[in-house]
Amino acid sequence: MFFRMVRHALARGQGGRVMIAATTALGAAVATAMLGIMFDVGDKVNQELKTYGANIVVQGHGAAVLDGLYDIESTAVGRTPLAESDLPKIKTIFWAFNILGFAPFLESQAALSQDGADPPAPESLVDVRGTWFAQPLDLPTGEHAVAGLAALRSWWEVEGGWIADADRELAMIGSGLAASQDLALGDRFTLTGSGGQVSLRVAGIISSSAEEDQAVIIPLATAQALAGRPGEVDTVEVSALTTPDNDLARRAARNPDALSISEWETWYCTAYASSIAYQIEEVMPGAVAKPVRAITESSGSVLEKTSLLMLLVTVLSLIASALAIANLVTASVIERAPQIGLLKAVGASDGAVVRLVLAELAAIALAGGAAGYGLGLVFGQLVGQVVFSSSITPRPVVAGLVAALVLLVVLGGSLPSIRLLVRLRPADVLHGR
Amino acid sequence: MNQTGLTGETLLELRQVSKSYGDLHALSQVDLTVPTGQWLSIVGPSGSGKTTLMNIVGAMDKATSGTVLLDGVELSQLRPKDLTTIRRDTVGLIFQKFHLIPHLNAVENVMVAQYYHSMPDEAEALAALTRVGLAGRASHRPAQLSGGEQQRVCIARALINYPKLILADEPTGNLDAANELIVLDLFHSLHAEGTTLIVVTHDPEVARQGQREIALDHGKVVSEVRHG
Repeated sequence: MFFRMVRHALARGQGGRVMIAATTALGAAVATAMLGIMFDVGDKVNQELKTYGANIVVQGHGAAVLDGLYDIESTAVGRTPLAESDLPKIKTIFWAFNILGFAPFLESQAALSQDGADPPAPESLVDVRGTWFAQPLDLPTGEHAVAGLAALRSWWEVEGGWIADADRELAMIGSGLAASQDLALGDRFTLTGSGGQVSLRVAGIISSSAEEDQAVIIPLATAQALAGRPGEVDTVEVSALTTPDNDLARRAARNPDALSISEWETWYCTAYASSIAYQIEEVMPGAVAKPVRAITESSGSVLEKTSLLMLLVTVLSLIASALAIANLVTASVIERAPQIGLLKAVGASDGAVVRLVLAELAAIALAGGAAGYGLGLVFGQLVGQVVFSSSITPRPVVAGLVAALVLLVVLGGSLPSIRLLVRLRPADVLHGR
Repeated sequence: MNQTGLTGETLLELRQVSKSYGDLHALSQVDLTVPTGQWLSIVGPSGSGKTTLMNIVGAMDKATSGTVLLDGVELSQLRPKDLTTIRRDTVGLIFQKFHLIPHLNAVENVMVAQYYHSMPDEAEALAALTRVGLAGRASHRPAQLSGGEQQRVCIARALINYPKLILADEPTGNLDAANELIVLDLFHSLHAEGTTLIVVTHDPEVARQGQREIALDHGKVVSEVRHG
């Protein structure tokens, strides 16, 4: 009879119950979406930040491993060069799949003179950067990869286009330099360096809002020939998907030897920027890899703030749902007061009436929660696509959390009406006293 | 004599019962005795205390002072939980507005009283509906029944647990003449079987159906008449 009463009440119930289900669904949907994003946001924010540049810089140096981890200087002047042939090893470390991209740099200065300028322009000394643009790599593991500047500087505005590493006679130049040297796409110019002279054609003009706007960027092999430094590289910028630093990572950064064995293993097997840098140093003897502090800290900070925002939105939406449910359930109880009074009049105890109403609410919450969960998954995917351009992975823990939260919200929202139920006297509602 | 001092023939006894709502005295020192099997009609103008008396006798309210003995139990001293037990086991309630549960059909409305009393028995509930002439309307919801039919469902619900006392508050107040006759016939039938009936009514014709009629005014019993 109990389930018959609940079933009929639900099947033939008033619109108020639909509103309760809709409110529950809305709260559950927001909670599902926000919690789903919150659990997934670490990877998403990291990926998003990685598109804005490298977070690890590798330089040639004989310094001790991790010494001065957070005091990175980007200049390569005076450092021991790295061997270009060692670079593919970066993609062989423990966290190789977290290496999203890397690009080597060889920096030098050369005299630039325009070909065919009339009147002939005087030579000027310009910064020249040799790099990979999209270099195919054959890894020691037998796998293949592509590395280069095109992936690492995806936000650059390029007039013309990116050049290929094999295009030894092509160059990209910064927009500032192009303006000062009156160079346009297709113009030819000659660079004269300490190792020789090369004639190049402008194939791309870049706007980076950085120092590259005043530089000539050419394939690494061309730059090595120009500088007379075959096979050498000054720095390598690495973009890695990392876990935000925590206390363990910070202690490891200060002195990894101070960690216990289990702490060291945890640190090594977690994708902290410092542990990835450490592993790069392991495969490239003589190299010093350092996290770029600004990027890693921004990553952690953005992640924390984004997670906090998601949590706040979840909590606020659930509070709003609880308040709405409290009002709706109370209104429903008031509306059904004669029925409830009748049940009490024919012998139903307070407990029996509360159980009946709660069972109805549980069924409504179950339906609303399930619909809200489904809706939240869709909403989460939409947010993932719009904000992060990738999907949000549904996690069982979110389903469990949402179920618990819906239960809590519905029970919390029902408390005022339960008090009302218990206080309701049949004489008051049946005879109007 | 039982331990409360009632004779075996007395089902209900009120001694100096008063009920106040703040400054309003709904009942003032009412004395009333109802023997088992009697049909008592209570009449009086609006605000005379009829409904208050019904609520107190039906264990839905407590007297401010005085003694209410129903089937040997002093109601004034009971906790709400025990009053629920009295309503469940001893009293059958019939209302002017029927108070049927709208989403349950006729037989389910009767079974609700069984469910909270002991155990629902659909066959027995159907038999009760048959007795009130509604066998063919068992699966209809209240909205699909006429006022007279709804009141008969209400009567079937009131008598399904074989209560010692049936309390009817304006049972014909919302009915036409034909349905009033049907309901009164049912009351006569119940009375003939020995059920004690207390019927509150405005209608002198309905009141005359009882064996005894008392009139309330300003919370006091002002007259008493015995009918044939």
